[in-house]
Amino acid sequence: MAAGDISMIQAEGLAKRYGATAALAGVDLDVPAGAILGLLGPNGAGKTTAVKILTTLVMPDAGWARVAGHDVVAEGMAVRRSIGVTAQDATVDEALTGRQNLVMVGELSGLPRRQARARAAELLGRFSLAGAGDRVLKGYSGGMRRRLDLAASVVTRPPVLFLDEPTTGLDPASRASMWQVIRELVADGATLLLTTQYLEEADQLADRIAVIDHGRVIAEGTPGTLKAQTGGTRLEVSLSLPEPGAVAALTPLVAGPIAVSEDGRRLRAGVLSAPGLATAVVRALDHAGIAVDDVAVHPPSLDDVFFALTGDSAGSAQTREAVVS
Amino acid sequence: MIQALRDVAVMLRRNLTHIAREPLRLSDVTIQPVLFTLLFVYIFGSGVPVPGGYTAFAIAGLMAMTLATSAIGTGIGLSADLATGVISRFRTLPMWRPAILVGRSLSDLLTATLCAAMVAATGLAIGWRPGSIAGAVAGFAIFLLFSYALAWGCACLGLVGSSPESAQGLGLVILFPLAIVSNALVPTAHMPGPIRAVADWNPVSAVTAAARNLWANPNPSASIHAWPMQHPALAALLWSAGMIAVFAPLATLLYRRRAATGH
Repeated sequence: MAAGDISMIQAEGLAKRYGATAALAGVDLDVPAGAILGLLGPNGAGKTTAVKILTTLVMPDAGWARVAGHDVVAEGMAVRRSIGVTAQDATVDEALTGRQNLVMVGELSGLPRRQARARAAELLGRFSLAGAGDRVLKGYSGGMRRRLDLAASVVTRPPVLFLDEPTTGLDPASRASMWQVIRELVADGATLLLTTQYLEEADQLADRIAVIDHGRVIAEGTPGTLKAQTGGTRLEVSLSLPEPGAVAALTPLVAGPIAVSEDGRRLRAGVLSAPGLATAVVRALDHAGIAVDDVAVHPPSLDDVFFALTGDSAGSAQTREAVVS
Repeated sequence: MIQALRDVAVMLRRNLTHIAREPLRLSDVTIQPVLFTLLFVYIFGSGVPVPGGYTAFAIAGLMAMTLATSAIGTGIGLSADLATGVISRFRTLPMWRPAILVGRSLSDLLTATLCAAMVAATGLAIGWRPGSIAGAVAGFAIFLLFSYALAWGCACLGLVGSSPESAQGLGLVILFPLAIVSNALVPTAHMPGPIRAVADWNPVSAVTAAARNLWANPNPSASIHAWPMQHPALAALLWSAGMIAVFAPLATLLYRRRAATGH
């Protein structure tokens, strides 16, 4: 954070225990105004607990946090005036229509009824819910519900937004449209803290990423710097038939050792990204008389980041963790 | 202050919208009171001799009983509400937090009014009369105040129990005996000693006796020397005020505590 920037979300040493489990074990955060922080980690890492503390739903056992300049413990009401929250589970009233939900949230946030109605109509349009606005939520799809939830959290145009796993459980098309909506929201200058277990999502949306595991931030930085920490691009080649000569043919093109799968048909190695790499690989193998089914060059992903930091993939971390969220 | 009242109004409107979407939820304050009134008057009434006639005696008691059992709905409704996601949304809004409880208690007061009206209408149809207009209105007011106090008690049950089912179970276990061990359906004079003492000090008895006096209905409890039976209207008001004074802050406290643990 550059000197002089105003910090909209600040936390130091946040800790929270649930029984014997430490959900948060000392988390520091600092999100400057207008920035998007992606809080990335597997289930049970402590993401939701952090959001609950920052949105005044849960008291920390230790540490402090300020949101929009207000202490989350001592000035809860002032914090609630400055935030919009989309929690992991839908936080809308199933028995009301989309419009009734938005008007209700507006009124409970202090908008006069007429203004709350106008804002509801505007948001229904903006979130592609205009046609469904007067339908009861029981008939909404998962994606519509999430969009309404998001709309409900921006009714008062709050300067700070918290989105807790906003696309979990959505199909790929709904996820892409959610991402678009989120990008538009922050284009207005809001500060955003977004939690996700999708590495791609953090990469797509966040300026900075804090990787959280076991209640601690284990790495922080831009998506670029985090990727740079984890070795580079990977090459994967699939052969039509197992060929012992393939390793020799590839060796001049890769950096480091080549791993060969048990059936001898798949080869993997780290490479230095270079223009025309895939062409060169195919040519070298063709020259050695080896038939190639597939060549893939993978840029480093945040999954690799997670693996490099924890020695564990996000997927296996999920099964390892007790779920505290 | 004005924001707090507005928040209560918003919550009240929300609860009424819920009812409008699912009117069958109202069966416990519409169909049930009619059914109970007819069943008790014609079944019990045939075997319980009361000077002045069982119908004239029973309507006040039936109103007390149906209002008591319908108050359980407050605990059930609140418990069901707390299990839905929208409560977490409310808790991140800059609203007056007790509005959730106050709004619920007021919408349940409206349904209790409907419940009392159904008993009264059934009573009128089978020959019950509530005396003067002023007396009739005062009797209803005492019932509704008591029903409001009970609703706060049931709200506490809803906040203590972990599910709507447990709120219902607890509510029945407490309120059903409370309604039965009283002068509501049978005069207390011939009850066994200890039970009779409980019945004469039971708030349900005070409220029922007060209404019988105000409605000029037969009130056998008038001859009982226990203080509440000699001053039933005052006793009913004190009971109701006391219950609200205890249970409303307790419910608010329980709600805060429950919110702080994140459930």
